[in-house]
Amino acid sequence: MLKQLTHVQVWVHDQDEALAFYTEKLGMELREDVTVPELGNFRWLSVGVPGQDDVAITLMAIPGPPVFEEETRKQILALLSKGASGGLFFSTDNAQKSYEELKSRGVEFTQEPTEQPYGIDAGFRDPSGNHFRMGQQS
Amino acid sequence: MVFLPSTRHLLRAKDLVDARYREPLDVPTLARVAHLSPAHFSREFRRTFGETPHQYLLTRRLERAAAMLRNTDWAVADICLAVGLTSVGSFTTSFRRVYGVSPTAYRAAHPPLERARVPTCVLQAYARPHSSSFREDRRAAHG
Repeated sequence: MLKQLTHVQVWVHDQDEALAFYTEKLGMELREDVTVPELGNFRWLSVGVPGQDDVAITLMAIPGPPVFEEETRKQILALLSKGASGGLFFSTDNAQKSYEELKSRGVEFTQEPTEQPYGIDAGFRDPSGNHFRMGQQS
Repeated sequence: MVFLPSTRHLLRAKDLVDARYREPLDVPTLARVAHLSPAHFSREFRRTFGETPHQYLLTRRLERAAAMLRNTDWAVADICLAVGLTSVGSFTTSFRRVYGVSPTAYRAAHPPLERARVPTCVLQAYARPHSSSFREDRRAAHG
C-alpha cells in the first residue's frame, strides 16, 4: 500500500522568484535544491512548512523540449497566469494574525480572513498565479 | 529572461472583483489594476476569461445576493446595497433574468443551504450564474 504523501508539485514561472516568495514571504524552509547539468540544468527545488518535515512542495519550472513542446509549455504558463491551476490548503492557528503578517510582507491576498461555517479562512496567490487558502478551523 | 504573461495582471483584476464586489467598482478601476486602458482591458479580459469584466462583476454580485437571500433574513433592498448594487429596480431585473424568479420568490423557494464542509470559495466559484443569460449586458459589451 501507499505509505505517505511526500511531495506536492506546483508549476512556477520563475524558480528564483518562487523560492524567494515561498521562503521570505510565506515563511517556508528550503528543503532541496539540486541542479542537474546533464539534464539541461533541470532544478529540483522544494520547500516546506517548518515543523511538517514529511511533506514538501516542489516548485517546478515549466519545461520546454524535450519534456513539453513549446506550445504545451506556453499553454501551461497561460493557464497558470489566469488562475486555472490547482490550489493548496494550509492551516493556521490564527488566521487574522497570519493574514497581517503575510500581507505586511507583500503577499497578494484574494480574500481577507472571513468567518465561515467551518472556521475563518483567507485566500492568496503566489507570483505565478497559484491559489492558496489558509484556514483556522473552529 | 522570464516571460510572465499579462494575463497575470488580468487575474489580479478578476481577484479584485471577488474581493471587493461590495464596493462601487467600475471598469476603469479594474483596468488600472491590470495596467491597461479600459477599452483594451475589457477586450483582453473577455478574450481570457470568456466574459466581460462587467458581466463577471454582475454575476459575482448576483451569486452573493442569492446566497444572502438563502442564508439571511435581510430585506431585498439591503442585500442589493450589500453586494455593491445601487438600484433595487435593476437588481431585481438582473436577478430575475438570471434566476428566472424575483429575489423574494427565490428566497421563498430556497431554504438555507445545509452547509456541507466544502470551502466557501468553492461554493462561490461554482454557484456563480452563467453570464450568457444577460441579454442587456451582451449589448453593453458590444456597444
